[in-house]
Amino acid sequence: MDKTVIKIKDITKIYKLGDIEVPALCGVTFKVKKGEVISIMGPSGSGKSTLMNIIGCLDRLTSGEYILDNEDVSNLDDDQLAQIRNQKVGFVFQNFNLLSRSTALANVELPLRYAGITENRIEMAQKALESVGLGDRIHHKPPELSGGQQQRVAIARALINNPAIILADEPTGNLDSRSGDEIMELLLGLNKDYGTTLIIVTHDPKIAARTARTIQIFDGLIKESKS
Amino acid sequence: MNFLQTVNEAWNSLYSNKMRSILTTLGIVIGVAAVIAMIAIGTGAQDTILNQISGIGTNLLFIFEGNEEDSSITVSPLTMQDANAIGDVFAAPHVELVAPVIQGSGTIKFSGETKSTQIFGVTPSFQAVRNYELIEGEFISEENVNGRASVVLIGVDVAEQLFGQSENLVGETVTIDGQPFRIIGILAPKGGGQFGSQDNVVLVPITTARSRLMTREQGKVDIIYLKAISADSVPEATSEVQEILRKRHRTDLGEDDFTIYSQQDFLTLASSITNVFKIFLSGIAGISLLVGGIGIMNIMLVSVTERTKEIGLRKAIGAKKKDILIQFLTESSLLSMMGGILGIILGWIISALVGSFATTQGVAFQPQVDLGAILLATVFSTAVGLFFGIYPANKAANLEPVEALRHE
Repeated sequence: MDKTVIKIKDITKIYKLGDIEVPALCGVTFKVKKGEVISIMGPSGSGKSTLMNIIGCLDRLTSGEYILDNEDVSNLDDDQLAQIRNQKVGFVFQNFNLLSRSTALANVELPLRYAGITENRIEMAQKALESVGLGDRIHHKPPELSGGQQQRVAIARALINNPAIILADEPTGNLDSRSGDEIMELLLGLNKDYGTTLIIVTHDPKIAARTARTIQIFDGLIKESKS
Repeated sequence: MNFLQTVNEAWNSLYSNKMRSILTTLGIVIGVAAVIAMIAIGTGAQDTILNQISGIGTNLLFIFEGNEEDSSITVSPLTMQDANAIGDVFAAPHVELVAPVIQGSGTIKFSGETKSTQIFGVTPSFQAVRNYELIEGEFISEENVNGRASVVLIGVDVAEQLFGQSENLVGETVTIDGQPFRIIGILAPKGGGQFGSQDNVVLVPITTARSRLMTREQGKVDIIYLKAISADSVPEATSEVQEILRKRHRTDLGEDDFTIYSQQDFLTLASSITNVFKIFLSGIAGISLLVGGIGIMNIMLVSVTERTKEIGLRKAIGAKKKDILIQFLTESSLLSMMGGILGIILGWIISALVGSFATTQGVAFQPQVDLGAILLATVFSTAVGLFFGIYPANKAANLEPVEALRHE
């Protein structure tokens, strides 16, 4: 079994704005091994978001090859991509992106429903919430939780399908420094305890400093540095 | 995904926008209520009219002068001689009774009280042909007719208006169009009919009517009522009468200058008229249902725009197009189905109110809410929700996850 989780080879992404072609990624190549923690940094407009969307299978690449967890996802249709996202990617967003009308439990359970799982969903969701330290908040709705707690719910949701990677986009961006620290501890702890592959997109050098490897991106090209 | 959970989620989403959902549903409620009430009222009206026509008697025939299909022909009027000829047992064995009638309207007075009423000039056979019963007194006799007697039978409406009572009136004298008539009987109530109230009438001998109340050519009558010996012999009676009248009017080569209606003809005519009426009413009601559907589409479009980010998230964590489509279609059909159910209840209430109002007005008319209409309304309203939900749901399902997530 190949230990490489992400194999990105020479990918480009070109947006078309009318007749003008705007290149966002101009030939990016890198690999991520199973159990690694990496950060992706770059100023706005550098192609950071584009790269993140492609890693998360939210967007398609223009050319190149992307193999995620031994599966070529370069040329899949919308529904196939949806299934890949459901099975292999756990998203953690800056603004949590929870369904505010649903309880923490229902939020965490949602990916299981889209996966077509019918049994033990509640138990699984409950376990995931316990693992992020929210076992006593499962019936609360997001507005009744603090920012840090909401982000924990989001992490539990990202974990529920046992994904190959967790993709966190500025996971501490909307949090005060204390809750931010706690969230980082939690994410890094998951990596330590379960070997979860972690990709953190951030502009904060302090966050990047806590990851073993950092990918810098400028003008659609990457430059690696190890810390 | 689990069906119940989908419905539950749709319900929660609608519930979180209570006021908006209620207002949207209102369009469907009104539409469905209108359809239910209109069909019920239409069916009730149809039943009432058809019952009344049946109540006239299944073996009754009417002869009018003229031909409704061809108005260009010269018409020789129906006469007393025609009526006598039809009454000939040997020429028309299937005709039991013949009642020539002239009719008009006039004002009847008694000590200051007046009432406008229909006046029928009749012969004694009219009683049996039209099944009139008397509260008191006697019907017009052969002697009354021969002697052009100034006698009158009055309907209960007329009696109530003039005397405030409908009994012990025989022997009183009333004036009709300024001429004195002696009351010889009171007609028992028959209730409303399609030709106006059957109780606001007065009957006088046909000869008296002709010479004193209405100007008619000598011998002319307006309508000849016939009673066939049984309901089954109506066709035979009709052809016998046709033969006699063609011979008498010398029209055996040309078009008939008279028209014979049977009660069956009236039934057919009335039911086709009321059917058109019913379709017309439900068509109008259907338009309001359509407007309600457009309201649903409008609100669902707003909802899709508002929840773009939610849709993006759902897609990010694995929702396929189908999942999003089902989610929004469930919401729109749930909206319209609830509207449908409320509409059925409201329509039912409206029908019942109309029915009880008609009863207080003395009209025997009961709107009929039938199961078919309810089924139709439920299926149709849900279909409206589905149909008008397709466009917004499709829009939601086809959102690009990246774009949708970026939406604020």
